[in-house]
Amino acid sequence: MGFSEEIIRYRWDHIESLIMDKTPYDVEQALHTEQRSPDDLLALLSPPAADYLEEMAYLAHKLTIQRFGRVIQMYAPIYVSSECTNSCLYCGFNRHNKITRATLTVDEVFEEGMVLYRQGFRHVLLVSGESPRHVNLEYLCRVAEKLRTLFASISIEIYPMDIDSYRSLIISGIDGLTIYQETYNRKRYAEVHPAGPKRNYNWRLDTPDRGGQAGFRRLNIGTLLGLSDWRVEGAFLGLHAAYLMRQYWKSHISVSFPRLRPAPGGYRPESPVSDAQMVQLMCALRLWMPDAGLVLSTRESQELRDNLVPLGITQMSAGSKTAPGGYSSRPDTEGQFEISDHRSPEEVARMITFRGYEPVWKDWDAAFLKHSFP
Amino acid sequence: MFELPPLIIGDREFQSRLLVGTGKFSSTMIMKQAIEASGTEIVTVALRRVDMSNPQDNLIGAIDTNRYLLLPNTSGARNAEEAVRLARIARAAGCEPWVKLEVTPDPHYLLPDPVETLKAAEILVKEGFNVLPYINADPVLAKRLEELGTVTVMPLGAPIGTNRGLKTRDAIQIIIEQAQVPVVVDAGLGAPSHASEAMEMGADAVLVNTAIAVAKDPIRMAKAFRLGVEAGFMAHISGLGRPRWEAEASSPLTGFLRGT
Repeated sequence: MGFSEEIIRYRWDHIESLIMDKTPYDVEQALHTEQRSPDDLLALLSPPAADYLEEMAYLAHKLTIQRFGRVIQMYAPIYVSSECTNSCLYCGFNRHNKITRATLTVDEVFEEGMVLYRQGFRHVLLVSGESPRHVNLEYLCRVAEKLRTLFASISIEIYPMDIDSYRSLIISGIDGLTIYQETYNRKRYAEVHPAGPKRNYNWRLDTPDRGGQAGFRRLNIGTLLGLSDWRVEGAFLGLHAAYLMRQYWKSHISVSFPRLRPAPGGYRPESPVSDAQMVQLMCALRLWMPDAGLVLSTRESQELRDNLVPLGITQMSAGSKTAPGGYSSRPDTEGQFEISDHRSPEEVARMITFRGYEPVWKDWDAAFLKHSFP
Repeated sequence: MFELPPLIIGDREFQSRLLVGTGKFSSTMIMKQAIEASGTEIVTVALRRVDMSNPQDNLIGAIDTNRYLLLPNTSGARNAEEAVRLARIARAAGCEPWVKLEVTPDPHYLLPDPVETLKAAEILVKEGFNVLPYINADPVLAKRLEELGTVTVMPLGAPIGTNRGLKTRDAIQIIIEQAQVPVVVDAGLGAPSHASEAMEMGADAVLVNTAIAVAKDPIRMAKAFRLGVEAGFMAHISGLGRPRWEAEASSPLTGFLRGT
């Protein structure tokens, strides 16, 4: 059971034609209402909505400070392994890429954690490729148990697992699950994932369901912009997030919309997304879901990130390294993709303050999890 | 000037009837100044935002505990167990045994869970905490909590952060009428006039966060809420006239009875 059953109701081509048929009148209707319907979401993603970008941005800004305040929550990724059995065409960890691969020991992960802790981070995201031989449940549990002495919140962005594994991770101290469908277009999904366990579209699509059932406090989904038409991807992403909010009403849902970056392997995006289009997508998602977290990584440029702060973003990473050991022990290993914003966490925090927002380093407490206190 | 009766919660007296929250501010500096301008004596802080392991935590450090009662809240707790655990940690870290009990399993509308709130209140009261529970405007729940020994009840006017005002007015009226402990209207108050309205109705105090924190000028807005609360309270104890639908006739229909 999961979103894979719900998604059958929405055909890609049909959604696409609904979006392309929207008129300026539909956009205005969608803007000037309080409770937005799925049709309103489609209107906000449509071509005519581009002419209303300033108004969308204004409304997105207002809604976000009303619900979240003038704050940006800070987090950083820790890459624990670049081993991978998949061959995703766009990814630097593609098993066919000749890169130096590494998997950190539990102590090395802790060392990475110490660097981030000293920089001020209290929220971290563990990332790895899909290679259960190198990164298995037992390893992840040990990593979590070690890191939870440092951090208020630990999330994972690794390969899809079953419910029981997720339950074990939660007991070990992991409270958030990030999993991107990459593209909701089945045909495209099959093309860019030619081999490996990731080929199974439905198993991946139902991963947030399994995470919600296991009890993760935070579920973060996303689509990788550049693989397919961003408007339709945005519609599916919005519908998926709204579905998760209904199903797992005790979990906080957030969405990411990473754009493809240059990576080892040299993949070129099929459907590039401009800055203006990304802003339209972001604002449409905010207007559709006033309560969802919107996450922005260091994939984007310094300038763009600075300007996106007041438009609806709630979480930002800073100073990220995308290679295992990148912060401490192995600064020379190759990363998953190129970072665009190279500023230090401190510099990013200063920018956020300068923009009239407070960078928040801790907005959770390990005490919410059972293990931490009698 | 006019002497106003103090607000008594537990065994403490307060002159101010405005409680303020510390979330959503653009900086600690502005938060500090807004707290000052509000004239409040009770400041609530989300424990999840505080780094208990760090004595220099900037949120706690910004609040002068000689001037303000620091009221830790359990925001983020999904059930009684989590809320109780958080309250105990705060006390173990040196906070006074006061807690604003928030059990909000749904992270989107942040509406309080009545069952878990009642459970947590029972445990915390027994452990000697002064418990200020955040609840939906449910008069029966308010009475049940009062019977358990909570020092206030805190019904919501509207969902947190919505600025919608007293959407639950009729139920709050009943809570005020029945309560033996102070009623603090919490959440949803978006304008000083909403705060006045709650005080005019007979609420003992109000708690405001979002409306102050996200205002263009939070410091001035804090002052505006202070005035709104004072005006409403003063009006309430002065005896408000009842609104009427029609003008009073100068020659009443029963005037003939007084005739000679």
